[in-house]
Amino acid sequence: MEDKDKKIESLHLKLIPYFEKYGILLLLVLMILVMHILQPDVFLSWRNVTNVFKQISWQSMLALGVFMVIVTAGIDLSVGSIMMLSLMILAVVAKAGAPWFIVVITPLIAGFLCGLFNGLGITLLRMPHPFIMTLGTLYIFRGAGNLISGGTPISGFTDEVRYLGHGRIDLQWLGLEKSQYLPVSLVLIAIVYIIFWIFLNKSKTGKWIYAIGGNPNAARASGINVNKILIIVYSLCGFLSGIGALILAGRTDSGYPNAGLQSELDAIAACIIGGASFFGGRGTVLGVFAGVMIMGILRNGLNLMDVSSFWQQVLIGSIIVLAVYIDVLRRDIGTRK
Amino acid sequence: MLSSSNPLLEAKGITKYFGTITALENVNLKVHPGECLGVVGDNGAGKSTLMKVLSGLYKPSAGSLFFQGKEEILESPRDSQNLGLEMVYQDLALAGNLPIGENIFLGREPTKKFGFLKLLDFNKIKELTNAHLEKLKINVKSADQKVEELSGGQRQAVAIARSTAFNAKVVIMDEPTAALAIKEVGKVLDLINSLKKTGVGVIVISHRMDDIFTVCDRVMALFQGTNFAEANLSNTTRDEVIGWIMGKK
Repeated sequence: MEDKDKKIESLHLKLIPYFEKYGILLLLVLMILVMHILQPDVFLSWRNVTNVFKQISWQSMLALGVFMVIVTAGIDLSVGSIMMLSLMILAVVAKAGAPWFIVVITPLIAGFLCGLFNGLGITLLRMPHPFIMTLGTLYIFRGAGNLISGGTPISGFTDEVRYLGHGRIDLQWLGLEKSQYLPVSLVLIAIVYIIFWIFLNKSKTGKWIYAIGGNPNAARASGINVNKILIIVYSLCGFLSGIGALILAGRTDSGYPNAGLQSELDAIAACIIGGASFFGGRGTVLGVFAGVMIMGILRNGLNLMDVSSFWQQVLIGSIIVLAVYIDVLRRDIGTRK
Repeated sequence: MLSSSNPLLEAKGITKYFGTITALENVNLKVHPGECLGVVGDNGAGKSTLMKVLSGLYKPSAGSLFFQGKEEILESPRDSQNLGLEMVYQDLALAGNLPIGENIFLGREPTKKFGFLKLLDFNKIKELTNAHLEKLKINVKSADQKVEELSGGQRQAVAIARSTAFNAKVVIMDEPTAALAIKEVGKVLDLINSLKKTGVGVIVISHRMDDIFTVCDRVMALFQGTNFAEANLSNTTRDEVIGWIMGKK
């Protein structure tokens, strides 16, 4: 009897690491199955699946940036505003008639510089918490975006500028129909996520980002320049928001004042659902991707079923609480000795 | 016998001010190869400040440090590490979310070239970790175990392993047994003794007379930021050392 209990317990303990790593994917697969059962004709259709990816394309960039910041036990509330400011700069530069390769690069540089500003503020001004610096820049960047654009939408970009957000990769050579194309934004998500997965898991800097989140004193005592790494992290977060702006420019063909409003909260929600810990040092790139997908599928599925957007808010909020509660339970089991 | 060899590390006239507060005044210290120096003193006597000066975390306001007879100026913990001067902090300075091996090599990870990328060499980290833990006779389930899953004694052992993974010549330990269960204390003290045998100079800061009298060869007492008393262990007693801590000779 006791032996049997022990066996079951040790099996649990062996399963925990896998659950920790891939549990969130299980939730994702479950959601896909449920949606498929509820909407068998539409949900898994080519058109709808590519739609989901197009819809999450820019959010996935913001979430990835915020994720890195959260791993350091920080927070970036300004990603939505960085994206809006980068988008407005892109729009103004495009309207001024700059060649497309300049237009395409401006949001990336703008986003990077905004992130650098955050990073320098947090480290050099010794803000007591990144929350405060990025809460400030949440207002500053959005205000700046409205100042340069006059607070009005600017529309109409060339095809080259819109390529990442709007482009299609034709798959007819594979014998598929014309409507069965691959959105460029989907390929972009894959490339960016793979690059950042390698960066965070296989490079020294990536390992140090996790170490800082685990114990900044340990990192400092190991001779790691913690401030430098933090500045890199916030700059990269801004850069990713800049990529988000470029995608959004392609999708909407316009720079508009409300771009990315509250999207910092979506980005944080995706990270939390994906298993990142607010205390830092914990979470995976795959988890963030799953978190973004879960939110995207939820919105898409509820739209397909004509559920009001008010219910969507209630459901997304509930999922955040539920996901974190499952995490709490899991940690209870994992630490029982 | 010990004092005949040249000191590995010598601090002369170390003074440290924090604003108007004098944390250390004209403090001298030396440690020889294979010797263990115990540093005792009451809270606020300046022990931790002195150790932070030795590890390069604080710059002294005055005084100089000599390493193997040569004067050195430490700008950061990296500088002292490069000299072979390692610190084991009281809070251990380990990242609980990382495995044992990655903690031991944190900041100094071996890498391999992968095309134009320099990526972490996880196999090498594991290999070196296992060899090093075996050398120090430290038992853990696996080098992949996360530090947060270890007991206090195992964590202390990992911290000491970390400090000696790169041919350390001097290891400074801040209260190495303070947070340990009684049965784990002996293991850590054994570890310190085996370090001494390899010729490493060890400095132990401790409140526990048992620790001092088990592993140390010499003891010095700080009192209100100054050198108060010093003796070889064979020439003193516990009561006398406790008296020094309280400022009585």
